[in-house]
Amino acid sequence: MGKVGIIGVGQSAFVRGYPGSIRELAFEGFKDAMQDAQIVNKDIDASIICSAPEYDKQRSPAGVFAEYLGLTPQPTCYLESLCSSSSMGLRFAYSLVKSGLHDVVAVVGFQKMSEISSAESQERMGRGADIQWESTFGTMMPAYYAMYAKRHMAEYGTTPEDLALIRVKAATYGQLNEKAVYRKPVTFEMFSDPNSPMSNPVASPLRVGDCCANADGSSCIIVASEERAKALSKKPVWILGLGSASNAVNLAGRDEFSGLTVARQSAEQAYKMAGITAKDVDVAEVHDCFTIAEMMAYENLGFAKPGEGKELIKGKETYKEGSIPVNVDGGLLSKGHPIGATGGSQIRTIVLQLRGEAGDIQVKDPEIGLVHNIGGVGLYGNVSIFGR
Amino acid sequence: MGKKREVDDRFKKFGTVSFTATTKVNDFVSQLEDGKVMGTKCKECDAVYFPPRSDCAKCLSSHMEWFEVAGKGKLVTYSKLEYAPIGFGDDLPYAIALLDYGDYKVFGRIADEIPEEEIQVGMEMTTRANTLSNGQLNFVFQKA
Repeated sequence: MGKVGIIGVGQSAFVRGYPGSIRELAFEGFKDAMQDAQIVNKDIDASIICSAPEYDKQRSPAGVFAEYLGLTPQPTCYLESLCSSSSMGLRFAYSLVKSGLHDVVAVVGFQKMSEISSAESQERMGRGADIQWESTFGTMMPAYYAMYAKRHMAEYGTTPEDLALIRVKAATYGQLNEKAVYRKPVTFEMFSDPNSPMSNPVASPLRVGDCCANADGSSCIIVASEERAKALSKKPVWILGLGSASNAVNLAGRDEFSGLTVARQSAEQAYKMAGITAKDVDVAEVHDCFTIAEMMAYENLGFAKPGEGKELIKGKETYKEGSIPVNVDGGLLSKGHPIGATGGSQIRTIVLQLRGEAGDIQVKDPEIGLVHNIGGVGLYGNVSIFGR
Repeated sequence: MGKKREVDDRFKKFGTVSFTATTKVNDFVSQLEDGKVMGTKCKECDAVYFPPRSDCAKCLSSHMEWFEVAGKGKLVTYSKLEYAPIGFGDDLPYAIALLDYGDYKVFGRIADEIPEEEIQVGMEMTTRANTLSNGQLNFVFQKA
């Protein structure tokens, strides 16, 4: 069996209140990837449609999308692992291609979060946790990540100011990304300015500025066998390593609270499969749904030792010119987080970086890129490694 | 006309808003009404579970017995919420937290009367049954 490559990447703009239906939203990311790959619908042998459930009236969106995207009668199915759905889609696409069952597979991620209010969205996301034993207490995603932040602070002396630096970095690059939902600058001072919404408390110690924005969006990644990738694409990017793990949904069933076990385990698997270490990574996209999530990612991926993630951001090592650039497309914090589309968007950024086509945010000559995509609060983890 | 089927839906009393009505560990709610917070222990392999389970993940047995969550746990972490999901707004502000009892951990809320400045990661706390203002039941952590 040969390698598995990526021959096309695309995404819609991430926006508030997309003025169309979910099939039309999915079409935007798909068309962008098809134009990137310069292939036609019949070149695609199967599709995997990814999102977090319960945002749409449409049940079983896969069949509806396959028709709208011109991908019938090829097989299609729906796949979800909350916020890591489209990275999980990549994992399954890889296995379909590697097995020889299909040669070219499209992974389409989407989410139209604006169908429901922000409070309803928090309730839906809270129910991505343990509905029997935790959601009953009034949980929500920011509060869970806040619990990890509180523990990280208690163990390592990390401060709210350290976390604010991560948001400032995200906004630095979000301004350059024409597909980002939040394109305004964020300054460090805003976090201590009572007149700035960034300083408003959400769940201690996290403030509004520490949280990513809900958005509507879609993404698409086209995966191909080595033979087809070489035939169809001038610059295929190869999938070098994939790691994935799950953990107890209830925090009571976990052992680690200043890092995400699934991220560490997924990274170990992916590094081993790719035959590399953290030091070999030239550019990374991590799941910064909250500032603390990026801080923990630095440590769980081995870019910093446990507790030393703050030194990376203080020293600007994760900026574009630093030793390990992270989320130089604005990340979830500024780009926005349309749940099912997020993993595909992260992969798109890394593929463009490895091809040298990332424009204003191009990192200098990267050879190895990494994507860290988390579902729920460390419920599902996916780490994927790519190379030229 | 058949008889109306009796449904044991005691679990809908658990939490400010319950999302589950029927479960094989419904006795948990009756015990909570009696002021006891209970977990389960596997009779076959002695595995200890909180929250309670009716089935053992380690040996796949379904022979479980109840034990009471008693004594002191250590506060692993917490967060005080200033914003709540739909259905929980009347409880604001409130703090969710995790206590470590050694053999098991308990996820719940910190008692409302404890001001945030007195909450410290690592402090010892106990768990007690609690009745919410809307008549629902849960459990909260208080200073040991």
